[in-house]
Amino acid sequence: MSFFTSFDPSVIAPSLPFLWSGLLFTLKLTLFAMSGGIVLGTLLALARLSSIGPLSLAATWYVNLMRSIPLLMVILWFFLVIPLITGKPLGAENSALITFTLFEAAYYSEIMRAGIQSVPRGQAWAGQALGMNYRQIMAHIVLPQAFRNMLPVLLTQTIILFQDTSLVYAIGAKDLLKAAEIAGKNYNRPVEMYLFVALIYFVICFALSRLVKRLQARIAIIR
Amino acid sequence: MNYHWNWGIFLEQVKAGEETYLDWLITGLGWTLAVSLMAWVLALLCGSVVGTLRTAPHRGAAFAATAWVETFRNIPLLVQMFLWFFVAPELLPRDLALWVKQDMPAKEFFTAVICLGLFTSSRVAEQVRAGIQSLPRGQHMAGLALGFTLPQTYRFVILPMAFRIIVPPLTSEFMNIFKNSSVAFAIGVLELTFQARQMQEDSEQGIETYLAVTLLYFICAFLANRGMAWIEKRSRVPGLIAASR
Repeated sequence: MSFFTSFDPSVIAPSLPFLWSGLLFTLKLTLFAMSGGIVLGTLLALARLSSIGPLSLAATWYVNLMRSIPLLMVILWFFLVIPLITGKPLGAENSALITFTLFEAAYYSEIMRAGIQSVPRGQAWAGQALGMNYRQIMAHIVLPQAFRNMLPVLLTQTIILFQDTSLVYAIGAKDLLKAAEIAGKNYNRPVEMYLFVALIYFVICFALSRLVKRLQARIAIIR
Repeated sequence: MNYHWNWGIFLEQVKAGEETYLDWLITGLGWTLAVSLMAWVLALLCGSVVGTLRTAPHRGAAFAATAWVETFRNIPLLVQMFLWFFVAPELLPRDLALWVKQDMPAKEFFTAVICLGLFTSSRVAEQVRAGIQSLPRGQHMAGLALGFTLPQTYRFVILPMAFRIIVPPLTSEFMNIFKNSSVAFAIGVLELTFQARQMQEDSEQGIETYLAVTLLYFICAFLANRGMAWIEKRSRVPGLIAASR
C-alpha cells in the first residue's frame, strides 16, 4: 500500500500561512457575495412580485437565466465580458467578487420570494389599514418576517455558496483550493494538500449545517 | 465596446489540425451527455440504497448512510474531483495504482462519472429518504401485517410509492447534474466547458463561443426537464393533491 507508507502530513505545517491567505479570500468572497446577493436578491424578489409588468418580467428572466447556466460558465462569461465593457482588465479576484454577487442574487431572490409569499396577506392589509405606504409595509411588516422565516434557508444557500467559491479555480483566483494546489506543487505533495483542504471544507460546512439545524428549531414562529 | 464579431467562426478550422470549431463543440456535447447520464445512473442506484438505509431500523446501517450523505454534501464538488483523480489511486494496491495512473483507458471520464455520481447520490438519497418518510406509517404497518418481511415491505409497498412521489425533486437534480458536469473540465475531460475555454483561447472569439456553449447547456437542461415531466405525468399517484393538477 503505497499511500500509507509515503503519507507525510508534516508538509502541511510550513504551508499553513499560505493556505490561510487562500482561506481568507474564500471567506471574503463568501461574505461579500452573501451580503451583496441577499440585498440584490431581495430587490429582485420585490421586482418579481411587483405589479409593474416589464419589471417583473425582467426580474423573472434574469433569475431563470442565471439558474439554468452552470456557475462555471457564468464565471467565464463575466471574466470575458467585464473587461470588454470597462475597457481594462479587472483581475480574477475582483471578477469573482462581482460574478458571485450577481449569480447568488438569483438564488437568494427565489428564497426571499418564497419568504415574502409565506407572510399572510392579512398582514399587508393591516399595514394598509394603518395608513402605511408600500415601502413602509415592506420595510416594517413583510420583509422582517420573510427574512426571519427564511433565515435557515438563506444560511443553507450560503453554505452552498461557500463550497461553490472553489470554482474560481477556473479563472485562476487564489482561493483556498488554489493555494492548496500551489503548495502541493511546491512541496511535490498534492495528496496531503488536497486531503487537508477537503478536511477544512468539510469541517466548516458540517459545523455550519449543524448550526442551521439548531437555529431552525429555535427561530420558528409559533402560529 | 470594441469587439470584432465573427459568427462564421464555428465553421473555420482550428489553429492546429483539420477539425472545425464546431467539431470541438460537438465532441464537448458528447462528453457532457456521457458523463451526466452515466453519473445519473450511478447516483440513482447509490442514492436509492443509501436513502433507504437511512430509514432502516438498524443503527449501524443508518449511521453509515448518514455519514455517506454528509461526506459527499459537505465537500465542494471540485475538491472531490481532485480527491478522486489525485488521491484515490494512491489508496489502491501498488500494481493497480500503477495501472490506473498509466494505462487505464478514458481515466478522466470514469473518474468524473464516479465523482459526479457519488456527489449526486447524496442528494438523491436525501430525496428518497424524504419520500419514504412522507408516506403514512400505516402503509409500513399494513405491509408487515400482511406477513411481508421488512425487505419485502420496502420492495413492494414503500419504495414503489416513495419513488413516484419524489419525481419532481429528482427532476431538478437531473437538471443539476448537467450543470455540475462542467466541473469535470478541471481533471481534463473534454466536455463542453473544457471545449469552451479551449475554443475561446484558440479562436479569440469568446462571446460567440460562450453563447454557443451556453445554448447547448440550455438545450440539455430543457430536454432533461421535458423528459422528467413526461415520467412525472405517467407516474403520478392517483388521489394525491399533485394528481389533481
